[in-house]
Amino acid sequence: MPEIGVRHETMSIWEYANPRKFTATATRLLPWVAWAAAILTIGGLIWGFAFTPNADRFESTVKIIYVHVPSALMAINAWLMMLAGSLIWLVRRHHVSALAARAAAPVGMVMTLIALWTGAVWGQPMWGTWWAWDPRLTSFLILFLFYLGYMALWAAIEDPDTAADLTSVLCLVGSVFALLSRYAVNFWNQGLHQGTSVPVATGGRSVADVYFLPLVACMVGFGLLFVALVLARTVTLIRTRRLAVIEMKAVRA
Amino acid sequence: MNLDLGKYTAEVLLAYAGSLVLLVGIVWISVAQYRRAARDLSRAEKDAK
Repeated sequence: MPEIGVRHETMSIWEYANPRKFTATATRLLPWVAWAAAILTIGGLIWGFAFTPNADRFESTVKIIYVHVPSALMAINAWLMMLAGSLIWLVRRHHVSALAARAAAPVGMVMTLIALWTGAVWGQPMWGTWWAWDPRLTSFLILFLFYLGYMALWAAIEDPDTAADLTSVLCLVGSVFALLSRYAVNFWNQGLHQGTSVPVATGGRSVADVYFLPLVACMVGFGLLFVALVLARTVTLIRTRRLAVIEMKAVRA
Repeated sequence: MNLDLGKYTAEVLLAYAGSLVLLVGIVWISVAQYRRAARDLSRAEKDAK
């Protein structure tokens, strides 16, 4: 039975809504996450590129999956993470969550661009075309445009709270395309794009064993790289905002 | 070790090169901004005291 009058401290995720607490924790975690990301990403890419055989049908183009699949995965997950940050901002008005969503956007945009680029380079020899208006490709292109729009909106509005409000609403709308990108191959069967390589929900996989482990290493590596970049970029935004406050105080004084 | 990319050498190298440029680019920019913000804030806090 708890003692009367004694306050029992419990850890809560909302403690990280405090920018100082978030910065302290993020700067402590950052080297570990960054090193793990570097080891897994570089190791996975070298493993996949140099130590796996060419496939019968796809020949050496099979090696493109080590960049394409993890980047496509993170392109969608980055937007879903931004959605979580935006919802927390809209409901609880925590500035750190809005800044984390903002920090994730350029990383997600780069991941989307890599997925589009590697898909096009792979599609040219395999499908005979760089681009097709296939459901997954089209929803990915729209997702890329949403990333650009989201970043442009943040940059265009001076008041940070208004910018956070409007970008959060844009993020909610864009989530439709993030989800469409993920499930487009399930909704429509007429597209050129094949099914998911590692369907986690069903526990199956459509890649051969020899390609599977380096692919998983790259997927985890890209995931950790995303986390490391978002932590670093969020801390940067918090510091930039703090700097602006100090400079404003100095001007007023 | 298998570095024989056969007839698709150009495609595979193009895919990797483009991706690595983008990845290194975003990491480079993020680290540069992180360091600059830390340096500027530390200087401003010192001046404000």
